[in-house]
Amino acid sequence: MRIELDFISVLAEWPMLVKGVAWTIGLTSISTVVGLALGIALAWSRVHGKLALRAFAGSYVETIRNTPFIVQLFFVYFGLPALGLRLSPEMASVIAMVINLSAYATEIIRAGIEATPKGQIEAGMSLALQPHQIFTHVVLPPALKKVWPALVSQIIIVMLGSSVCGQISTEELSHAANLIQSRNFRAFESFIIATLTYLTLAMALRRLLNWAGPRYLFGR
Amino acid sequence: MVDFSLWDIFRNLLLALRWTVALSLIAFVGGGFMGLLLLLARLSQSKVLQIFVKAYVQVFQGTPLLMQLFLAYFGMALIGIETSAWLAASVALTLYTSAFLAEIWRGCVEAIPKGQWEASQSLALSFSEQLRYVILPQAFKIAIPPTVGFLVQVIKGTALASVIGFVELTKAGTMITNATFKPFLVYSCVAILYFALCFPVSYFAKHLERKVKRGHA
Repeated sequence: MRIELDFISVLAEWPMLVKGVAWTIGLTSISTVVGLALGIALAWSRVHGKLALRAFAGSYVETIRNTPFIVQLFFVYFGLPALGLRLSPEMASVIAMVINLSAYATEIIRAGIEATPKGQIEAGMSLALQPHQIFTHVVLPPALKKVWPALVSQIIIVMLGSSVCGQISTEELSHAANLIQSRNFRAFESFIIATLTYLTLAMALRRLLNWAGPRYLFGR
Repeated sequence: MVDFSLWDIFRNLLLALRWTVALSLIAFVGGGFMGLLLLLARLSQSKVLQIFVKAYVQVFQGTPLLMQLFLAYFGMALIGIETSAWLAASVALTLYTSAFLAEIWRGCVEAIPKGQWEASQSLALSFSEQLRYVILPQAFKIAIPPTVGFLVQVIKGTALASVIGFVELTKAGTMITNATFKPFLVYSCVAILYFALCFPVSYFAKHLERKVKRGHA
């Protein structure tokens, strides 16, 4: 039996692939920034918040971590309009990705915060720093530094997970691949190319974050 | 339009839940078996095998599970195997699981102090004997919590099989939504069922982790 592979007819549709990659990168960037910020806030709530806030953050994290991303996405896109909140596919994708990343980031960052030596906090207090100053200047930077590798892995998982957003017609990379194969019937080839692109993106993103983290987020 | 009571919705979702469980078990058992083979290849002296496993893990961890499912689905059709959603989903999820488990277990083996290898070597144990009697029994103990934890990822991963037409919990949710026009209610039920399935597993994994940590202290 002969298998004929035709990658050329897939690559000929390169403008769609480029657009898909752009959307994937865009979705990932926005949800990384917002998701990390929300994750830091929630991690703070889990450690220092009042009882009600702690309980809320805890149940939020457990709910999100124990349900699949695709269900969260469908819930946001198909479920919320029933409550009168109509969202575009792109908006729904970003919201679902932010929710997902923030829950995982909370647990990761919390581990970093809890590993802060007590003496550091006491030193901060003896310098008359306010509690919020101690958190942002003394506790948070080394905590982020400690857990950065885990956060990077989680951000990459979210980037790969964004392929699911094509299911609600967000025009990211996997959606582009799907569109291409519906035009030229080269399903296997077009998904191979998309998969290799994701692999490249994942490796590039890991390098970028490993470089950017120490530079911009928590100092060397 | 057919009238669905809340109980009808829930009952149908519960019926679909068993396929989520079945697929998770297939992937977990098959992936565990393959993961063990990959681990052995990774630990072997052969450079070729080591590089192969490294690349295998990198590819499966660096690409979306959804793409892996599509490739299994369309790839098997290409080489002339009659594909069903069952087969494609089982194959893709098994390969995916094996890559992650091999990597998790490698970490556990690496956590065993080097002295243990050297000591067993000095007792003239062969490589397979070192693994069998000294290294793996110790690695096994610390490997259980993260392995159970990964089962949660596998269960959640099966939700993606809905995309290639495998009727499990998520797909059943979509189908019921299309019949009832009650997406908020249906997807809430779907989420609750996933939570009911995953939360005990992740809680158990956390409990085991604490136990292992206490054992070390």
